[in-house]
Amino acid sequence: MYLDPDVSNSVKILIVGHFGVGKTTLISSISEIEPLQTEEEITEASEGFDDLSGTPNKTTTTVAMDFGRLTLSETLVLYLFGTPGQERFKEMWEALSRGALGALVLVDPTRLHESFAVLDLVERFGLTYAIGVNHFEGTTEYPLDEVREALNLAADTPIVHCDVRDQTSSARSLITLVQHLMSILD
Amino acid sequence: MSDGPDEELELTSPLVPLFVIAKGRDLPADHEYEHTALVTARDGASAAAARALSPEARKVMDLIADGFLSVAEVSGHTHLPLGIVRILLAQLEEDGLILVRKPIPRVERVERELLSAVLDGLRTKFGA
Repeated sequence: MYLDPDVSNSVKILIVGHFGVGKTTLISSISEIEPLQTEEEITEASEGFDDLSGTPNKTTTTVAMDFGRLTLSETLVLYLFGTPGQERFKEMWEALSRGALGALVLVDPTRLHESFAVLDLVERFGLTYAIGVNHFEGTTEYPLDEVREALNLAADTPIVHCDVRDQTSSARSLITLVQHLMSILD
Repeated sequence: MSDGPDEELELTSPLVPLFVIAKGRDLPADHEYEHTALVTARDGASAAAARALSPEARKVMDLIADGFLSVAEVSGHTHLPLGIVRILLAQLEEDGLILVRKPIPRVERVERELLSAVLDGLRTKFGA
């Protein structure tokens, strides 16, 4: 359960995407611990307005967020946070994006329209990202060029196929992201 | 609270309002006790201090008694909301009971080394 005693540095990468896109599956496929959940509190404007004060009602709700862990060397540990991509979670994004190396954005090629809000958040929080196109059982592999065009990605944004159930495939997607992060430092 | 038959009760159930657990303390500053900050109990701290701590703070101390865990893992294992965990950790650090390793702030020079360490680690681990 505990980290190696010499681990002195921690980094994080966000695994983002809409509901059901495979974030937790990817985390499970490469995490060295059973994925855990943190409960985070977010304030939400509830439906409608308070008639008396004219101000929106605010309620506090909790969101459970899955994460995993990967010890990469004697001194370095990587945490992967599955981060839901809806606008209403932006409070959480503030804390999670701080200090994050970057984001792996998972997309479902049959539900690309749901990824626009996600990409908008990622860009708004200034995160560098790569796209992993999740391959779902029984579906055809979509040509990456078409997905790139549909999502209107920048020319240098990496996009790869990713089978989130497969450890090597998940690791390759992360490697693609890290290589991209390094290339933009040059 | 006296030690008695009630001691076995799950004290972190929603029946205990969060502000009670937090003893009315405010959340620490945003950059403190982040998800990936690593925490552990100081040697010998747990036993000496346990009696004075709230049940939730004790739960945290017990969890991190024998090694480092991230703040997110503390929340995950204790099932306490992250905000509460951060408040408890601030109190425990103030009382000198825990050690905290903060994530190294991002500077470009560090970033390059860090990224290549991440890359090497992933490649070594998964042969990808």
